[in-house]
Amino acid sequence: MTLEQEPPAPEPRPALTQKERMQLKRVDMPEQEPQIRAANFAEVNLGLTEQLALIEAERCLQCPKPYCIDGCPVRVNIPQFIRLLRDGDVKAAAASLLDDNALPCVTGRVCPQESQCEKVCLRAKTGKSVAIGHLERYVADWAMAHADELARSPAAQAGKSVAIVGSGPAGLTAAGELVKRGYDVTVFEAFHAAGGVLIYGIPEFRLPKDIVQAEVDRLVAQGVKIEADAIIGKTYTLPELRERFDAVFIAVGAGLPVFMNVPGENLKGVYSANEYLTRVNLMGAWDPEADTPLLHGQRVVVVGGGNVAMDAVRTARRLGAASATIVYRRSHDELPARAEEVHHAEQEGVIFEFLVAPTEVLGDENRWVTGIRCIRMALGEPDDSGRRRPEPIEGSEFEMPCDMLVVAIGTRSNPLLTQTAPDLEINKWGYIVTDEHGMTSMPGVFAGGDIVRGAATVILAMGDGKKSAESINAYLTGNWPPAVVEPEPAHAAKPAAHERPPRPAAAGVAG
Amino acid sequence: MHRVLTNEQLSPNVYRLVVEAPRIAQIRKPGQFVIVHLGHGAERIPLTIADGDPEAGTISLVIQAVGKSTFDLVELQPGDVIAGIAGPLGKPTELPESGRVVCVGGGVGTAVILPIARELARRGVRVTSIIGGRSREWVILEDDLARCGEVVTCTDDGSYGRPGFVTEALKDTLEAGGIDEVFAVGPVPMMRAVVALTKPLDVPTTVSLNPIMVDGTGMCGGCRVTVDGVTRYACVDGPEFDGRKVDFDELADRLTTYRPFERAALERREACKVGLKTGERGGVAAPAAAGAAGGAR
Ligand SMILES: Cc1cc2nc3c(=O)[nH]c(=O)nc-3n(C[C@H](O)[C@H](O)[C@H](O)COP(=O)(O)OP(=O)(O)OC[C@H]3O[C@@H](n4cnc5c(N)ncnc54)[C@H](O)[C@@H]3O)c2cc1C
Ligand code: FES
Repeated sequence: MTLEQEPPAPEPRPALTQKERMQLKRVDMPEQEPQIRAANFAEVNLGLTEQLALIEAERCLQCPKPYCIDGCPVRVNIPQFIRLLRDGDVKAAAASLLDDNALPCVTGRVCPQESQCEKVCLRAKTGKSVAIGHLERYVADWAMAHADELARSPAAQAGKSVAIVGSGPAGLTAAGELVKRGYDVTVFEAFHAAGGVLIYGIPEFRLPKDIVQAEVDRLVAQGVKIEADAIIGKTYTLPELRERFDAVFIAVGAGLPVFMNVPGENLKGVYSANEYLTRVNLMGAWDPEADTPLLHGQRVVVVGGGNVAMDAVRTARRLGAASATIVYRRSHDELPARAEEVHHAEQEGVIFEFLVAPTEVLGDENRWVTGIRCIRMALGEPDDSGRRRPEPIEGSEFEMPCDMLVVAIGTRSNPLLTQTAPDLEINKWGYIVTDEHGMTSMPGVFAGGDIVRGAATVILAMGDGKKSAESINAYLTGNWPPAVVEPEPAHAAKPAAHERPPRPAAAGVAG
Repeated sequence: MHRVLTNEQLSPNVYRLVVEAPRIAQIRKPGQFVIVHLGHGAERIPLTIADGDPEAGTISLVIQAVGKSTFDLVELQPGDVIAGIAGPLGKPTELPESGRVVCVGGGVGTAVILPIARELARRGVRVTSIIGGRSREWVILEDDLARCGEVVTCTDDGSYGRPGFVTEALKDTLEAGGIDEVFAVGPVPMMRAVVALTKPLDVPTTVSLNPIMVDGTGMCGGCRVTVDGVTRYACVDGPEFDGRKVDFDELADRLTTYRPFERAALERREACKVGLKTGERGGVAAPAAAGAAGGAR
């Protein structure tokens, strides 16, 4: 692996001309072979070698007006870290990246780059964009392997305390930013382990748990306290936390599973994606010797088209499913999952049934699932999300056999916390309402991530964590309200990816 | 980290552990439960809080050893630690302020009945507890319940108390009249049989359900039960429901999801731990944990 290799000695290399750069082809990410990886949980992407990373870095044109920065929800200074890498100073590249992004090892693996930074990359206009995500991962992995070289000196104590509720990407990012500024930070997490979706949802083969754990350990080493098994709304209430701490940041995610609401959903062998993935990832049930049991379907159907659905179907395949099928009510083009996940799933032999929606779950006399009844769909007029609305085709019902069904059609807000906080304003879907600084209707209480946006992405959650940390700092240092500094756009017309809220990570069946 | 203070055997396979959990001891209410996690690689096991001492900062858990995880738990000795205890979870029991109530406890479900009976007695409600077991040695917590009111103890083999099932004793009590409400906790067949008696008489009946759970906070949906034709999550909407509306067939069936797995896990455990001190296993239709543990009641 590249991680163990020494960084290249900064030796001056002849600079390429723009024309020469344009001729370089985008490098491919080395991967495990599909046939081999479809039976293991090791990471699919192996990471760029040093040589590949340096070639790819040369492809960046160092645009004077870098669109890519606008395309990034946390505005990572992409051309800068790529230039430092290209010039042979990987340590400076790592320092630059870490300044902008608290969890680059994570985002380098799970961000939908193709709809953010890489989408607006100038090179995408005439060919393939710079592989920004792969380069980010390369630099971030170097940083993780050389953490001691990048260690920061501890911040002066600010003498104020902040409670963070939830340890997903939003909570961890805020914790990192606040501890950097010298706050006494305690993270409350309902589960026994920190990381949120990064630890219970996204599987090992996409995001190794060691990486998430290393990020958590780094925060703990910096002084962040983590109180696991603490459910806010049960173990403590939000008003109690507000009294104990000078400020609170709520980042509890959108953790409640949505079911299809069709007959037969409570049959044995029907899982929510949350339950299936939590058993496998957090509880370690991919190991047959684990204490937590898991059903191993031979013919598995997963309903949904988002990242969650791809993770579930590829997990089932790795756990021995002879056939693993995605059932999605729209077509390939509308799949909300990251393009790379869809591509990987296809390579691993996952079957895709497009324009199909389940209407009933079928079972045998022992109430084990035996299949689903489905109806075919056609795409009609665009709906609110801008995607063409799927409409059922009358008389097109058919049955699809399966012995395990995973429902991955989205998630919604969990009322546990909000129902014990009457002063906290929520919208009609139960998501927390915040102002432009991330503050909720309760003074000193901030919120961000999926519990504000609805199911979105890791990077948007991290962006909220970062912004809220800045707001909390302003609030606790008496600079309230902070001046709203709109980042200067590099160009007049903002890229579409930046303007439109992201689609939910999965697509529903009904409605 | 939660230290185990005492571990006392109540019946051949039921144990009472008193463990440190100061915050939970302070705020828990009857009917609520915790999720216990022994440590890395262990299952998350839902267990009813049988009692709590806010001054001492302890809670007591009554555990029936039926699966690998519950065997691991009941083997803990004073001084051992439990990595995580999350809670208190679930809604507290809605208790009447007056009147006459029958509490029916089957097997380890008796431990769930105890905090309810105790609170009812404290409020001045007249409590009759009907508890049972296969034979004398399987009857638990009789003395504790006796402090809350009258206790009718039944044994299947007649070796102690009234011969027969708890439901037979309940039938007589109901027929005598004057019962305002029934609380019943035990194996699914027992709760179903209780409801079969109370429903025709229109006696409000609260049961505490024990489906398979993982998180206990509403995020997995594994604990879904059908109540009044609607899917509910036992961990957040319950665990107590109006027994007259519960789909017991579905509950009983979903509890069997991991049966083969449970057996295999137990066999593996026994293979590596020969000479384990065990009681007779699986007395009451043994229920739920995150799956294989077969824990709470
Ligand atoms: C399987 C899966 C795959 C995904 N893949 C991708 C991907 O490839 N790329 C991408 O960008 N996004 C992906 N997403 C979406 C992304 O993970 C989320 O948008 C992101 O994690 C949201 O972060 P968050 O910090 O808001 O909340 P979460 O990560 O959900 O974390 C919330 C945390 O709060 C805890 N919590 C909840 N309630 C309480 C309470 N009352 N008290 C205390 N703690 C509480 C939870 O246990 C959890 O640990 C995926 C999501 C899933 C489920
Ligand atoms: S135990 Fe997971 S939702 Fe109830």
